[in-house]
Amino acid sequence: MRERFLPHPIMTVILALVWVLLVNEFSWGNAIFGLILGLGIAKLTSVYWSDRPKIRNSWAIFEYSMVVLWDIVVSNVQVAYLVLFRRGDSLRSQFVVVPLDLTSPEAIATLAGTITMTPGTVSADLSADGRSLLVHCLETDDPAGTVAGIKSRYEQRLMRIFQ
Amino acid sequence: MSLLIDIIVSAFILIGSVFLFVGSFGLFKLPDTMRRLHGPTKATTLGIGALLIASILYFALLGQAFGIHEVLITLFLFLTAPVTAFMISKAHIFRNKPTQQSLPAPKDSGWATLTKPR
Repeated sequence: MRERFLPHPIMTVILALVWVLLVNEFSWGNAIFGLILGLGIAKLTSVYWSDRPKIRNSWAIFEYSMVVLWDIVVSNVQVAYLVLFRRGDSLRSQFVVVPLDLTSPEAIATLAGTITMTPGTVSADLSADGRSLLVHCLETDDPAGTVAGIKSRYEQRLMRIFQ
Repeated sequence: MSLLIDIIVSAFILIGSVFLFVGSFGLFKLPDTMRRLHGPTKATTLGIGALLIASILYFALLGQAFGIHEVLITLFLFLTAPVTAFMISKAHIFRNKPTQQSLPAPKDSGWATLTKPR
């Protein structure tokens, strides 16, 4: 019964919330219309989302967002410094390979997005078997350390959220 | 009081514009495509973020209207910026032979961009 009418409860809530925020003015009419949209879209697209990722531990999600937000601020300052005060040719940029322990596509997408937004790294490609991520570092003299940092700082936390 | 608000809002706008400028400057200055990607993906996030905080503060504190549109802009930006960067870098890897040769190999596999789908 629940599976039939509410295949993705979190998605429904988020869609309703986004609708109310887009209208930018709370009224019950808006909220109900948002809820209808949320239910309808979740139902229509549920064919493409056959297995829903098991998300638990909402405190871990909060902790993860705070860590990432802080890192975004730090990385902005670092990259701004590198751009302004270093000659472009003198930056030791290189590709590194991050072996993945995460398996669900949603978790890997989150990790790739996080890597792009945080200190001096951009995720560039995924391996064909989905077990490694190609990451480009703007400035590094310790590739192994960078990889270890990504794994311990972000991947460990994502493991707790998604598995 | 309103002077204080003005100063705070102006500070956020200034910070935002500095980071936006640095991001665009990085795009112009850095020597190759992969390095150039770092400028717009990072610096602009904080730049836009600071401008949006300024906007929220201005409208909330001066009491015209309390808008939370800005939160959505941030959300969409966080969703789209990494995807754009990812697609640009994939296109770059696909087109550029020297970059392909400089790539480290993943364990027991090839990179998705360069592997024929089965």
